[in-house]
Amino acid sequence: MEFVFQNILNALQWGSFYALIALGYTLVYGVLLLINFAHGDIFMVGAYIAYFVATLLLGTMGLGPTATLVLAVPLTMILTSCVGVTLERVAYRPLRRKGAHRLYVVITALMCGLMLENGNLALLGASRKYFPELMEKTVYTFAGLSVTNLKVVVIITAFVAFAVLHFIVTRTKIGMAMRGISWDKFAIPLMGIPVDSIIVFTFVLGSGMAGLAGLLFAMAYPVLEPYMGALIGWKAFIAAVVGGIGDIRGAFLGGFLLAFLEIGVAAVFPSTLRDLIAFTVLLLIMWRKPTGIFGVAKHQKI
Amino acid sequence: MKKFSRLSLLALACALGALLLVTGCSKEPDTIKIGFNIPLTGDIPKVGEASKYAAEMLKEDINSKGGLEVGGKKYKLQFIYQDNESKADSAVNAALKLIEQDGVVAIVGPNSSKQAVPAGGICNERETPMISPWSTNPDTTKGRPWIFRAAFLDPFQGPVAANFAAKQFGAKTAAVIFDIANDYSKGLADIFKQVWEQKMGAGSLVAFESHGTKDQDFSAQLTKIIDAKPDFIFVPDNYNQVALIVKQAHDLGYKGPFMGADAWGSAELMTLCGKDCVGQFFSTHYAAAGAQGDTKVFIDRYNQKYGYVPDDVAALTWDATRIVLQAIQDAGKLNTDVKAERKAIRDAIANIKEFKGITGSMKFDAEGDPIKCAVVVRISEDGQFTFAESVCP
Repeated sequence: MEFVFQNILNALQWGSFYALIALGYTLVYGVLLLINFAHGDIFMVGAYIAYFVATLLLGTMGLGPTATLVLAVPLTMILTSCVGVTLERVAYRPLRRKGAHRLYVVITALMCGLMLENGNLALLGASRKYFPELMEKTVYTFAGLSVTNLKVVVIITAFVAFAVLHFIVTRTKIGMAMRGISWDKFAIPLMGIPVDSIIVFTFVLGSGMAGLAGLLFAMAYPVLEPYMGALIGWKAFIAAVVGGIGDIRGAFLGGFLLAFLEIGVAAVFPSTLRDLIAFTVLLLIMWRKPTGIFGVAKHQKI
Repeated sequence: MKKFSRLSLLALACALGALLLVTGCSKEPDTIKIGFNIPLTGDIPKVGEASKYAAEMLKEDINSKGGLEVGGKKYKLQFIYQDNESKADSAVNAALKLIEQDGVVAIVGPNSSKQAVPAGGICNERETPMISPWSTNPDTTKGRPWIFRAAFLDPFQGPVAANFAAKQFGAKTAAVIFDIANDYSKGLADIFKQVWEQKMGAGSLVAFESHGTKDQDFSAQLTKIIDAKPDFIFVPDNYNQVALIVKQAHDLGYKGPFMGADAWGSAELMTLCGKDCVGQFFSTHYAAAGAQGDTKVFIDRYNQKYGYVPDDVAALTWDATRIVLQAIQDAGKLNTDVKAERKAIRDAIANIKEFKGITGSMKFDAEGDPIKCAVVVRISEDGQFTFAESVCP
């Protein structure tokens, strides 16, 4: 029994990262119908930004770990969203202005991801970075379960971030505008809504989430490398699709679903079978419901 | 459109021209070209860096004295570093490039068995001598007369780790976590499993868990391992994964010891792992702390030049490269034909009876594997790798 609960805790932590990254995919897709394949690498950039912010505050400024953490969260989120917005301005917006087909924008996103990875490799070298400890780690043990304070923080942060995003998208005016663009991007400008600003805001939100995920990830798995975002980005994207891409609840649920599958398979079967079984199950879900768990099939109006 | 195609044609012509230029002037009579097939990027960049630094130091030593003396004439050394990105396929490409394009007389590397096993096949086929500094998997040299190495083998290292752990921790049960996609890690894990079960009886290995190379979360495997309550965990993994595995095991409440293998011995292990790795043991090729003689001279010079204590890969690359250089000298004269020179070097290495390296003296057996001692080191409180025990075959 302890074994099961311990693995549930493990899956909750691992799922938090998938969920936070999947939220970014789903937001951008929801508004632009664009799969931002560079998002996994924005997450990687977020982790590196967190590293530089943390070492700067800890080392040069001489702040304590707690103060550093409190400052690092907003700073990382802001700086990472700057990267996301830059990508939007440099790569996606010009294509959108020229009326390029969505396919080309997706390919551009793939390129941007590769540029971020290899740019990082060229600038910072291949050597791994060690993320400093910002939180005195304590292991709590009760009833045979072990949980660190960091694990609790990660899981709670993921749920809070989801709640905040959900609130913004469903309860605010800007959220309404986002949903409006998604509904009909040709009619929305006629209502006097500045489409570009809304899109930039979407990227700010999505990349901010990636930055937050990067910071938390760096705290939980403190070894950073330029390609760390690639695989987890892919998997989070799959999670978002299974949840129903474009739906915030779907992304969140999909992220945790994938983590539970992965950890569950590794805990019961030989871990070689982890991805095989986990993704077979996801495929079965897609088979039953091609639009994802929360997805709604779109019918083209003619 | 027309303008574009003309432009691309021009670019193509330029590229071809550049290629011709490069291949055209590759014959220089007064130099000896040696290739290095090392991981400068990818999973274990510090390993490639250490190899390169050690080689550079050796090259400067010799070139500053006018070059390597072969048959009364001095030849300058030229080292060509090819990055194999810590990938098996890239290592094969790097070996091919060094052999076909650069025309090197011998190749040092690849370091990790994951790359050395496939690259060894290519070098053997193309009849180019290759010496791997760090690869411990038997398959690297098995049935390959052109391939040599400077490190001991896993069938030797596995029992060293098992015996030491049984004695040091008084262990009766063990668990293993390893990287299934890495020849080195998987090979050593299998050997350890066999040795341990032979020694302690069936059922003494309570968990045998694998993970992928790119994995960052090991909590499911570790939960399973901790649930089985082993006396220690054997981790034959690369240093970057070790840092994550040891930390996560501690987060999950594990308080027992770990036993590692030679892939732990990177200069970067302690920056990544920190206090979690203090007090752990691993088997390796040499202990930097407390070294004497030539080994100490090497360590001090390296440390002064590059600012950190050289790890075993650096020392082994130094030895491996020196074996190649000695073979060139032993051959007596330098052939102008690359193929003949490669043959001469291979024969000369095969004829080396005993070689005194800074990682200990070694004799080569019929497979091209050295017979040499292993040491077990303990990670001390200040992050030094201190000598705990030496085991000779």
